[in-house]
Amino acid sequence: MQELITRAKELLSLGMVSRVLGWRAGDLSYNPEPAFFEKEEELGKLVYDGFCGANLSKYMIEASALPGKTLVFLKPCDTYSFNQLIKEHRVDREKAYVIGVGCRGKLDIEKIKAQGIKGITSVSDTGLNGEDEIKIQTIYGEKTCTYNSALLSRCHVCKGKEHKIYDELMGESRETKDAERFDEVKTIEAMSSEERFAFFQKELSKCIRCNACRNVCPACSCRKCVFDSTKFDSAQKANVDSFEEKMFHIIRAFHVAGRCTDCGECSRVCPQGIPLHLFNRKFIKDIDEFYGEFQAGEDIETKGPLTSYTFEDVEPGIVKERG
Amino acid sequence: MQIKEKGEWKPKIVAFCCNWCSYAGADLAGSSRLSYPADVKIIRVPCSCRVNPMFILRAFERGADGVILCGCHPGDCHYSTGNFYARRRMTLLFSMLNYLGIENGRTRVEWVSAAEGAKFSQTMNEFVEKIYSLGENVRLGDLRCKN
Repeated sequence: MQELITRAKELLSLGMVSRVLGWRAGDLSYNPEPAFFEKEEELGKLVYDGFCGANLSKYMIEASALPGKTLVFLKPCDTYSFNQLIKEHRVDREKAYVIGVGCRGKLDIEKIKAQGIKGITSVSDTGLNGEDEIKIQTIYGEKTCTYNSALLSRCHVCKGKEHKIYDELMGESRETKDAERFDEVKTIEAMSSEERFAFFQKELSKCIRCNACRNVCPACSCRKCVFDSTKFDSAQKANVDSFEEKMFHIIRAFHVAGRCTDCGECSRVCPQGIPLHLFNRKFIKDIDEFYGEFQAGEDIETKGPLTSYTFEDVEPGIVKERG
Repeated sequence: MQIKEKGEWKPKIVAFCCNWCSYAGADLAGSSRLSYPADVKIIRVPCSCRVNPMFILRAFERGADGVILCGCHPGDCHYSTGNFYARRRMTLLFSMLNYLGIENGRTRVEWVSAAEGAKFSQTMNEFVEKIYSLGENVRLGDLRCKN
């Protein structure tokens, strides 16, 4: 963490960048938030620990409109989103100085709480060089749990610790993948139609339409969003019935189909704990099966699967045949 | 024409037909005196790729029991490539609806050219029969829109 601050200060004082985009401590020790730093003295507040799951690439859209370069810290999975935004002409590569930071997986405070550790006041030792065991201060005294047991579910299906785009690299990464990416989707696909309907009905009925999933998504970066339109009767209000719940989530996922890099931010920010990545991952799985393997954000040139076609594409009837 | 008896369920079916092929195909079916059920309501669109996934969901919201999209045969699109894009979109959308537990047969895509009046009539008859066998759509509708 200290080396990140030192390097950021150096680049600021050299005038190579006008501002730094990183994470700063939040009101609790386990919820750091994205922040811009414009002065060297402010950089003391920069943090980079196990809870810095936030993907900073979307903030580069606003930074691209500002004068001067912005230094941005990107984790390996964030670089996919960054590439995708460059491809869609939403961020300016010239305006960014990318430092690829190492990652040993990011933590989910809910996973720690689920282990029976309550009354958490602070969590320490979650940095890149931290131990495998993390120390948790609670109102009942100090508790410990393993780093691996508190990982965000998306880190168990990590796409790899290789940065796809960077100007320089800092910090060592550790591999966290220990599950197959499509296993969850396959489990649901194996259910009967009635079971699937009941499962999604149960999950989606939790939705409070806070729009957090849309706001955090790096692929949801349209200047005008269909869900903000006043001509459209689902704007800015809670879902009224089960149809609106389904419609919001189908349309949200469809709008990012073929562009979603599977960064998992939607599921991370959902205050109701809806597994939103299941929608995006279903589209990714289908695209892989029907149109060949495709990873959004792998590079900045390849055409997306929904903006290209071949004469021999499968017919929509295949869905029925597959059952 | 069948008269709706009290309590008897009649399906509502929305057919999106492209202006250049399928709508003309429907016309030909009519002028050839080929019949297709009156439950099918045709909506003319400039091209099959004009159909936004939202349209399909909206049709279900307003009480449709089945939605069918008809367009030119792949390669014959009036705008050269429209139906290729529509084909990919609909494949993904239908797969997602199936994943959410909506019955498979409620959505369909069929390519019908302007010369295929017989195919149009046959497709619609088959589709309506399928919807009759599936029954009323209760999984993807808006309660407020039910009468």
